[in-house]
Amino acid sequence: MSANASTVRNNARPSLDDRDVVFIDGVRTPFGKAGEKGIYHGTRADDLAVKAVRGLLERNPEVPAEKIDEISIAATTQSGDQGLTLGRTVGLLSGIPKSVPGFAIDRMCAGAMTAVTATAGGIAFGAYDVVVAGGVEHMGNHPMGAGADPNPRFLSERIVDPQALNMGNTAENLHDRFPAITKERADRYAVASQAKLAKAYENQQIQADLIPVAAKRPGEGWAVNSVDEPPRPGTTMESLAELRTPFRAHGRVTAGNAAGLNDGATAALLASGEAVRELGLEPKMRMVSFAFAGVDPDVMGYGPVPATEKALAKAGLGIDDIGLFEINEAFAVQVLSFLDYYGIDQDDERVNRYGGAIAVGHPLASSGVRLMSQLARQFSEDHSVRYGITTMCIGLGMGGTVIWENPNHADFGSKA
Amino acid sequence: MTAMSKDFQAVAQLMHDETVTHTFVKDVALPSGKTMALLTLDNGLDHKKPTTLGPNGLLELRAALEVQAERAKNGEIDALAITGKPYFLIAGADLSAVTRLSAPDQSTAMASLGHYTYELLADLGVPTFAFINGLALGGGLEIALACNYRTVSTAAGALGLPEGFLGLIPGWAGVYRLPRLVGPENALKVMIENPLNSNRTLSGPAAAKMGVADALFEPADFIEHSIAFADGVISGTTEVKRPNAVDPTDPEVARRWLDAADAAEKFVDAKLSGAAPAPYKVLEVFRKGLAISQQESAVLEVEALTGLMSTPQFQNTVYAFLDLVQKRGKRPAGAPDPKLARPVTKVGVVGAGLMAGQLALLFARRLNVPVVITDLDQSRVDKGLAYIHGEIDKLHAKGRMSQDAVNRTKALVTGSVTKKAFADADFVIEAVFEELNVKKQVFAEVEAVVSPECILATNTSSLSVTEMGRDLSHPERLVGFHFFNPVAVMPLLEIAATEWTNDSSLSTAFVLGKKLKKTTVKTKDSAAFVVNRVLLRLMSEVQAAFDEGTDAKTADSALTPMGLPMSPLTLLAMVGLPVAQHVNESLNAAFGERFAVSENLQKLIDAKITALWVKDEAGNQVLNPEAEKLMAFGDQHSSKEQILARVQDALAEEIGLLLDEGVVAEAADVDLCMITGAGWPMHLGGITPYLDQVGASERVNGKRFNG
Repeated sequence: MSANASTVRNNARPSLDDRDVVFIDGVRTPFGKAGEKGIYHGTRADDLAVKAVRGLLERNPEVPAEKIDEISIAATTQSGDQGLTLGRTVGLLSGIPKSVPGFAIDRMCAGAMTAVTATAGGIAFGAYDVVVAGGVEHMGNHPMGAGADPNPRFLSERIVDPQALNMGNTAENLHDRFPAITKERADRYAVASQAKLAKAYENQQIQADLIPVAAKRPGEGWAVNSVDEPPRPGTTMESLAELRTPFRAHGRVTAGNAAGLNDGATAALLASGEAVRELGLEPKMRMVSFAFAGVDPDVMGYGPVPATEKALAKAGLGIDDIGLFEINEAFAVQVLSFLDYYGIDQDDERVNRYGGAIAVGHPLASSGVRLMSQLARQFSEDHSVRYGITTMCIGLGMGGTVIWENPNHADFGSKA
Repeated sequence: MTAMSKDFQAVAQLMHDETVTHTFVKDVALPSGKTMALLTLDNGLDHKKPTTLGPNGLLELRAALEVQAERAKNGEIDALAITGKPYFLIAGADLSAVTRLSAPDQSTAMASLGHYTYELLADLGVPTFAFINGLALGGGLEIALACNYRTVSTAAGALGLPEGFLGLIPGWAGVYRLPRLVGPENALKVMIENPLNSNRTLSGPAAAKMGVADALFEPADFIEHSIAFADGVISGTTEVKRPNAVDPTDPEVARRWLDAADAAEKFVDAKLSGAAPAPYKVLEVFRKGLAISQQESAVLEVEALTGLMSTPQFQNTVYAFLDLVQKRGKRPAGAPDPKLARPVTKVGVVGAGLMAGQLALLFARRLNVPVVITDLDQSRVDKGLAYIHGEIDKLHAKGRMSQDAVNRTKALVTGSVTKKAFADADFVIEAVFEELNVKKQVFAEVEAVVSPECILATNTSSLSVTEMGRDLSHPERLVGFHFFNPVAVMPLLEIAATEWTNDSSLSTAFVLGKKLKKTTVKTKDSAAFVVNRVLLRLMSEVQAAFDEGTDAKTADSALTPMGLPMSPLTLLAMVGLPVAQHVNESLNAAFGERFAVSENLQKLIDAKITALWVKDEAGNQVLNPEAEKLMAFGDQHSSKEQILARVQDALAEEIGLLLDEGVVAEAADVDLCMITGAGWPMHLGGITPYLDQVGASERVNGKRFNG
C-alpha cells in the first residue's frame, strides 16, 4: 500500500495553493483517568503537553523547530501547571528555540480544535507557514469548574440556567428534548464505542499516534504509559444497565454512556501549501472550512448541528459529501442528536470508526486534535473518502466543526 | 557471600533509623514486544533529600534483584533497567551510616554488601541498563557501572567517584570497571584528579563523551528515550560503541595503565604530600586491578575499604563535609534571628585600594545595589574604579557575566571623593590602612553623614573593633566584617560583635553575609579573630624554630604530614611579610610572647625582601641569599618531628585558649573557619579532630576538643 499511497500524496503537493492549510501530523499522549488512582497522578499538565510536542517534532524531522511560527496550546483551566501562557512555556520546556512564540487558548472542550482553527486562519492569511497546535487537560489537577466564579447575572437575568453549568444536566436536557433518544440507544451507542476502540487497538490503529509517557506516581517507581487507561473493552448492555444516573434520579446519563474525567495532551503540526513544497512535507489532510456556532447552553450537546451546517455551507458541500465523521463523544445522547438530525444510523460505519471519547476519554481541551489525527489515519486507510469532518460540542452551548479533504482521494485538488 | 548474610543483617539492624532508599519495580512493555523490569530508587522524600544507600536500602535492592534474576531465568523479562527519583540516580553511600560502623567486621560487611548487591546487576541473566537521570556519585555511579549499558541525561547534575576525596576508594567495583570502560587515564581523572581538585564532577554530556554512558538524552523525555535505546540494544537494532574502552590484557594498554597510575601518584604527592592515605590506596588497588578478575579485585576493594573506614582521615572528612560545610556553614551558630535584619539598599566602601575594590565588586555583583567607593583624591578613586571595571571585563571575557550584567554592575559602582555620597547608604565598610586612629577618624566622618541605623563595618584583620567604636555616637551598629583574600574565592566571612553590637545590626550582617554567598562564623571581638590567630601562631612557631637555628628546609617542611595547602614560609610570602608582621605585632600586644615578633623577619621587611624562597638558576627552590645574609640565627637545631609536635601543641594551646575566651561557640567553628578561611584540608577535620588524634589536645589541655 505504501508505495502507491505515497505516490498519490506526492501528487497532492503541486495542487496545493500557497495559502492552503494542511494537517501534517497529529499525536497525543495516552489518556489517563483523572484522580489519585490515575496514571498521571503526580504528573504535571505542562509536562504532558511537552511530551506530546516533542514526540510530534521528533517524528517530523523534516520540519526544523526554528521554522515553527507559532505554538498554540489550549487548556480549559488556565492556572497552576496549566497557567503562564501554555503555548510559550511548552515551547521553552520542549527545547524549541526561544525565537519561536506561543500562546494559550481556551474554548473549553474545543480548545485544541480552536488552537488549530486560529492558527489555520493565520496560515491562510499568510502570517504563518508552520504551526504547532494542541491542547492539554489534567482534570485530576484541575477538576472541572474549579476556581471558576460564574457571574451572578447568569442567574438573576436568566441568561444561563445555573444547572446548565453542569454538563451532565445538559445531556439529560437533550434526552428530554429528543424523546426518541432513549437510554437504551445511548447505552447501545456506548457499547459500540468501546467495541470499536478495542478493535482499533487490535489493528494497531491507535498506538501509531501515541507518544509513550514515563510517569512517576507518588510512592511508586517510574512507569511507561503507552496505551490509554480509560477504555473498558468488553462493556455490555447489561453492565451499563447497572450504572447509576448521577445527574438525575431515574435519568438516562451514566458514567457508561458519557466520556470520563481524564488527563492527556495532544499536538498537531499544520502547514501552508507553500511550506509543504519548501520542506517536502506530506500532508495528511487539507482544511476545507471550519465554523463555530452557539446554541442554548441548556442543550449544549446540540452545538455540532448548527456548527456543521455553517461549515458545510462555507465549503459548498452537503452532508452527503462527508464520508467520515469524527465526532467527540462527550455524551452518547449528544452524538445521537447529531446523527438523528442528519438521518444517519447510529451504527453507520462512517461514524467514529475507532470508537470515541466514551471509550478513550476526553481530557477537555486536548480532544479536538485527537479527532483530527484519527480522521487523518482513516483518510490514509480509505482513499475512497474525499471529505471528512471533525466536530464537537462545547460547554456553555457551542459547537465546532472542521471539514477536511483527503489528499489520497483521486479527485483531490480538483474543484468539486 | 552467604556466610556474610548474618553480618549484613547485623549492620542493617545497627542502622535501624536509616533513611531507606526503596526499590520500586514496574514492568514496561517495550515497542519490540519484549518486557523490561524498570527499577526506581526512591526514598520518598523531595529533591532536598538526596537518595543514598545504607545497608537496609542495599538489602532491599538485592532482594528486588533476586526476584528479577529468577524472572529472567524463567523468561519473564528480557531486560532490566535501574533509574532514580527526579534529579538523582543515587547520591552515594550513606556516609553518616558508614561513620557509625565501629568494628572492622561491620565495616567489612558494609563494604561487601555493595558487591553482594551490585553483582546481580552485572550478571542478571538478561541485559541490564542504568538510566542515569541525575546525580550519581560514588556508590551511585558504581550502580550504573555494574550494569551492562548506561544512558545519561544532559541535565544529570554531577557524576563522579569522589571516594578518594572522602577518604575511601571507589570500592564497589568502580575502581575496577571504570578504567576498562573509559580507559585508565580518564578513569584516574574521575577517581583521583577531580576529587582532589575541589571535588569536581562530570556533567552528563561530559560523562557521555568520556564513555561513562553509551547514550545521552535530553531530560524532558529521558526515560522514554532510554527505554527506546534499551529496546534497540536488546533487539540488535542499536549498536553500542565504546571507543575509549580498553582490554587490559593488551600489553600496550597495560603500559598505559601503569603510566597513568604513576602520573596520578605524582599529582597526589603534589596535592597531599602523603598526608591522607585514600588516594594512594585508590592507586594501589587500581594497579593491582590490571591483571586480576573482578572477583579478585572485589576482595582487595573490601579489604581497602575496611581499612580506610577506620582511618581518622575518613572520619574527619565526613565530619568536615557533612557536619561543617553542609550543616554548620549554612546555619551559623549564635547568629540572631534573620527576621531582625534591616534591608541593605546601598553600600559604601571607604577606600579605593585593592581590598576596597574587591569588596565593592563583591557587593555589587551579589547584592545588585548601588556601591560607592571613596578615597582622598580623584586619581585614587579613578584607579579603584578602573580596577573594578577591569575585573568585570575579565568575568565577561570568561563568559561568567553577560553583557547586560556587565552594564548593570558597572553602573552600580560609582566613586566619590566625599563621604557625603554615603548619606543614604545602609551599610558602610572601611578598608583603609590598618591603623586604629585612621579607622576611628574614618568612622567619625562617616557617622556624621549616615543615618543612625546605617551599619558600620570594619574589614580589619587584627585591630580591636571595640576600640574603633569607643567614640561613636551609635556604637551598637558597628561590626567586624572580616573577609579573606582573594575575596571572590575564599568562602569565609568572620563576623565580630562588640559588647555594644545589637541584634538587629548583627542579624543584618549575617543576612548580608549569606547574600554575599559567604560562610559566616560569629566571633567575639578578639585580636585577629580565629583564622589569622591560628595561622599566625603556627607561623610564629615555625619562624621561631628557624630563628633558633633550624635550617630553612627542615623548618618549612616539618608540617608536610599535615597536608596543609602550602608550607609556612610560602604562606608568609603570599600574605606579605609586612602584613604578617603587623598582625603578629597586634597579637603579641594582645596575647604576649606566644606570638613572638621575629627580629629576622623585621630585617627582611626593612630590606624590602618579599620572599624567603627564591628559584636558583637551575629552577630549584633555595633560600634567598640576600635574606640569609641579613638574618641572625641561634644554634639550636630542631628536627622535623620536634617542630611538628611543637606546632601541634601550640595549636592545641592557642585553640584551647581561644575557646576558653569564648571567641567562638565551639571547636567546630574553629574547624569551619580553618577549612573555609585558610583552605585547611578536610582530612584534618579542619584542625581540632587532628589535634585530638595526634594527642596534642590531651598533652597540652588535658582533654580532647571533641568527645
